[in-house]
Amino acid sequence: MDAVIEASKLVKRYGALTAVHGVDFEIQKGECFGLLGPNGAGKTTTVRMLCCTLPITEGDIRILGLSAREHPREIKARLGVCPQEVNLDPDFTVEKNLVVYSRYFDIPEALARRRARALIERFHLDEKSKEPIEDLSGGLKKRLLIARALVNEPAIAVLDEPTTGLDPQSKHQIWDQVGELKRSGTTVILTTHYMEEAALLCDHLIIMDQGRIIERGRPLELIEKHADSGGTLEDVFLKLTGRQLRE
Amino acid sequence: MSLIANISRRSLHVWRRNLDVSLVTWKTNVLPPLLEPLLYILAFGVGLGAYVQKISYEGRALDYLAFLAPGMIAVGVMFHSIFECMYGSFVRMRYERTFDAILCTPLLIEDILAGEILWGATRGLFAGTAILAMVSCFGLASYPHSLLVLPVSLAAGLLFAAFGLYFAAISPYIDNLNLPTFLFVNPMFLLSGTFFPLDGLPPWMRALAHVLPLTHAVDILRAATLGRLRPGLLLSFAYIAGLGLAVSFFAIRRMKARLIR
Repeated sequence: MDAVIEASKLVKRYGALTAVHGVDFEIQKGECFGLLGPNGAGKTTTVRMLCCTLPITEGDIRILGLSAREHPREIKARLGVCPQEVNLDPDFTVEKNLVVYSRYFDIPEALARRRARALIERFHLDEKSKEPIEDLSGGLKKRLLIARALVNEPAIAVLDEPTTGLDPQSKHQIWDQVGELKRSGTTVILTTHYMEEAALLCDHLIIMDQGRIIERGRPLELIEKHADSGGTLEDVFLKLTGRQLRE
Repeated sequence: MSLIANISRRSLHVWRRNLDVSLVTWKTNVLPPLLEPLLYILAFGVGLGAYVQKISYEGRALDYLAFLAPGMIAVGVMFHSIFECMYGSFVRMRYERTFDAILCTPLLIEDILAGEILWGATRGLFAGTAILAMVSCFGLASYPHSLLVLPVSLAAGLLFAAFGLYFAAISPYIDNLNLPTFLFVNPMFLLSGTFFPLDGLPPWMRALAHVLPLTHAVDILRAATLGRLRPGLLLSFAYIAGLGLAVSFFAIRRMKARLIR
């Protein structure tokens, strides 16, 4: 197997506070890799360092053979990021959002339009393609965010809580799209609070708590190792991270 | 310095994005502020001008409207560029989260912020050009000298855009931006030789006025529209352009420190 991402002794500190305490992991090409953990576990901080939008305090991440510290532009050109928060351009239509975002990747206008049309079709946004963003429902906005993450045909797609707050129909549609991405050879990095989703989609996952990785493996292996018979990944998660509220 | 080295041609994508937005929203966001000078010309020129027909400027008697017109251009340039990068950039940073979205592409934060300042400068250029066209209809601009309004609007636009971004960077909340408006923008609006000549002011106020960058913009613009250019104005231009580059550097540095921690 060849690793497309190797994080080694990754540390993030904000003054006296350490958000990520020396984390190591590898992600293989074409797999779906999950980052789980309660709020404040360091998932999003880790993902943001991986996306080269947050400076690394110590250690490094090599992405597609490049150091995140030294080659942020080159790495970012090959990532597709679906953020947790909606940050679409509210003044543009659905289609224009995709075309303008393509520009940041230096994709020529004609190609950007072709890809935008294909993504609009693939994510069932056809009826809304000329609508302003404000008129879209939460599910449609999420779909558009994922579509936008794919304008540069990324080698690695980073989906940060892509199904939070969605109805079951929208959720299943997004799961189908993750399957589609894997089939096309795209590596997928997923953070989620839904254990059912992680068990269904992830080939490998890590569970983080208080800035450290406390367990890692395949979902079924973890269930076998930690849960009683008939248990779920949620049981494993609660057993490992406890029932105490984090915030 | 890596801050400067990190600015690339990709900042033009940010500039283009903001241009595209303004082409969508121009009816509400661009047109009214451009019509504002017309209001000033009516109120001050026609209303006040009925009482003050002539004004003494550089030893010559001048029609009040001819005196006022370049001041209106300068004020328009300042308002458009500084508010674009105070409120506009703040909204894009904090509420629309546009910077977060663009950061996940090959652009670095320096590209984004340079694009913002460049866009603010362009708003200044648009405003200066539009108001020049308007006052030209009233016969208040002498040509070809008045063509200098364009480069001066761009340079002054850059300076005010950079100030705007700096204020956005140091303001925790959007309401805090009222303070630089009150302490910096409004005094310049009134005290930069826009509405009346500075000659009559006490020496300390005149000295203060000459620190304010808008005073220098007004001086050049007035010389241009009146067709009375003199070499000394090159110093004023150098002051605007030099200060503009310096403030841009500090604005980008401060905003980067706020966003990338």
